[in-house]
Amino acid sequence: MSELRELYQEIILDHNKNPRNFGKLEGANRTQEGFNPLCGDHLHVHLIVEGGRIEGISFEGSGCAISKASASLMTAALKGKEVGEAEELFENFHAMVMADVAEPVDEEKVGKMAIFAGVREFPMRVKCATLAWHTMKAALADADAPVSTE
Amino acid sequence: MTALAKNEVAAPVLNVERIRRDFPILQERIRGKELVYLDNAATTQKPLTVLYALQHYYAAENANIHRGVHLLSQQTTFAYERARGRIGQFLNAAESSEIIFVRGTTEGINLVAQSYGRHNIKEGDEIVVSQMEHHSNIVPWQVLCREKGAVLKVAPISVEGDFLLDEYEKLLSDRTKIVAIAHASNALGTINPVKEIAALAHAHGAVVLVDGAQGVPHMPVDVRDIDCDFYAFSGHKLFAPTGSGALYGKREILEAMPPWETGGGMIQRVSFEAGTTYADVPTRFEAGTPNIAGGIGLAAAIDYVNSIGRAEIAAYEDDLLRYATDLLSDIDGVRLIGTTRNKVGVISFVMDAAHPHDIGTILDSEGIAVRAGHHCAQPLMSFYQVPATVRASLAFYNTRAEMDALAAGIRKVQEVFG
Repeated sequence: MSELRELYQEIILDHNKNPRNFGKLEGANRTQEGFNPLCGDHLHVHLIVEGGRIEGISFEGSGCAISKASASLMTAALKGKEVGEAEELFENFHAMVMADVAEPVDEEKVGKMAIFAGVREFPMRVKCATLAWHTMKAALADADAPVSTE
Repeated sequence: MTALAKNEVAAPVLNVERIRRDFPILQERIRGKELVYLDNAATTQKPLTVLYALQHYYAAENANIHRGVHLLSQQTTFAYERARGRIGQFLNAAESSEIIFVRGTTEGINLVAQSYGRHNIKEGDEIVVSQMEHHSNIVPWQVLCREKGAVLKVAPISVEGDFLLDEYEKLLSDRTKIVAIAHASNALGTINPVKEIAALAHAHGAVVLVDGAQGVPHMPVDVRDIDCDFYAFSGHKLFAPTGSGALYGKREILEAMPPWETGGGMIQRVSFEAGTTYADVPTRFEAGTPNIAGGIGLAAAIDYVNSIGRAEIAAYEDDLLRYATDLLSDIDGVRLIGTTRNKVGVISFVMDAAHPHDIGTILDSEGIAVRAGHHCAQPLMSFYQVPATVRASLAFYNTRAEMDALAAGIRKVQEVFG
């Protein structure tokens, strides 16, 4: 049960219920689609990238609590960040959720995203937590094909 | 003494406590809790008799079948062919040569699509499936249609999840060449009227394949009564090892079909000069060394199921399904998907409070194994406009106490998600 509480923390439940930056984004110049075929999660990430900086970011779609909360917290974390910083946070976040459970979490590296450390106890849910991030990264790269976690 | 009407007869009570002792895995603990295994539509657990059969085969009998002059090979050939006979009896096939060993339902359907289908389907022909099919009974036909310029038609279902016979009949014409329908839906549980479906298809000259993956584990199956031309099922959903399964085909249809996979075993004679001729049915469709242990394990599983009784299993599971359906219907915020009366033990549902994947994780933390997802039936999910459902699927070793645990787990989901 403690693992479960670790996974479904209040902040995650709150962002699932009231996702931030949810919906279309006026003036977006990057849009990317992401799927998790395993569970049917499906979202779009919209970005306004100007002068190497993420001036605007939003997401829309449907998914489980983990994927929605991760997307919501991601948009909050990346707004106003430089592209390089966003990519670095992606790498740090990805490394954290893929790490062994025993590995300590470096909050300086991942900031608020540290609350997703709980997914390490649930390997099947790692893809839920990373879907929005992979989609965002592909949007930054302006990739053509939709992102799939499979 | 007054005779009871048929529907008044009390459900036979299986000795489930004793049955559960036959399944070692049901004694395992999951996350510190007793395992409540409700993912039987995905795969079933294996009884000791099946495990012993596998162990005995490898420990005392292992040899390759056919053409061996040594005793072990003869014994193994005998055991393997005896298994074929067991499967034939189980389905009430006219003869055991109508049973082809395959590695599961998927391979059985692909065999029919690639052999019968490629040999017989022409441009403009039509193949009919239903809205509730598993991907394994959709994609092989899509591929065949694309290759041949044929058309795939989809028989609709009602919102309760019933197959609509009248609507289906409207799709049939002399262009219809194959009708491929699940005996029971893996995602809804709906039992389809396969006998009526077959009769209507035959009236239009089409052949009928029944996807029996969810049929054989839950009810008596008589392929001659259904009068289907093909019936495919998976051993692992019938308490047998993975990689075992069978395809039934009517002998006269199989005889007219070309080989599918080719190589050793399926030939009569191979010659560079005179060309190669093929073996008779069913060997023609069994190239290479088969899953011998799987076939023997499948026969052991059939013997086990017969020892309990398929009618008894069907009645017990129906009672359990009703009990669970009532429990879940009483929980606010739970919506059942597939509410027809005529079902095997599958309960698909969604909740207002949480996504199926989150529900699956929380139930797992209680030791309850269910499946969350599209159940390889994405067109069906589209029909219900849900991305996924949670599916609890039953077997005869499940109990009312486990249904209570499921209901308690669902209330826990509501607690977590407020």
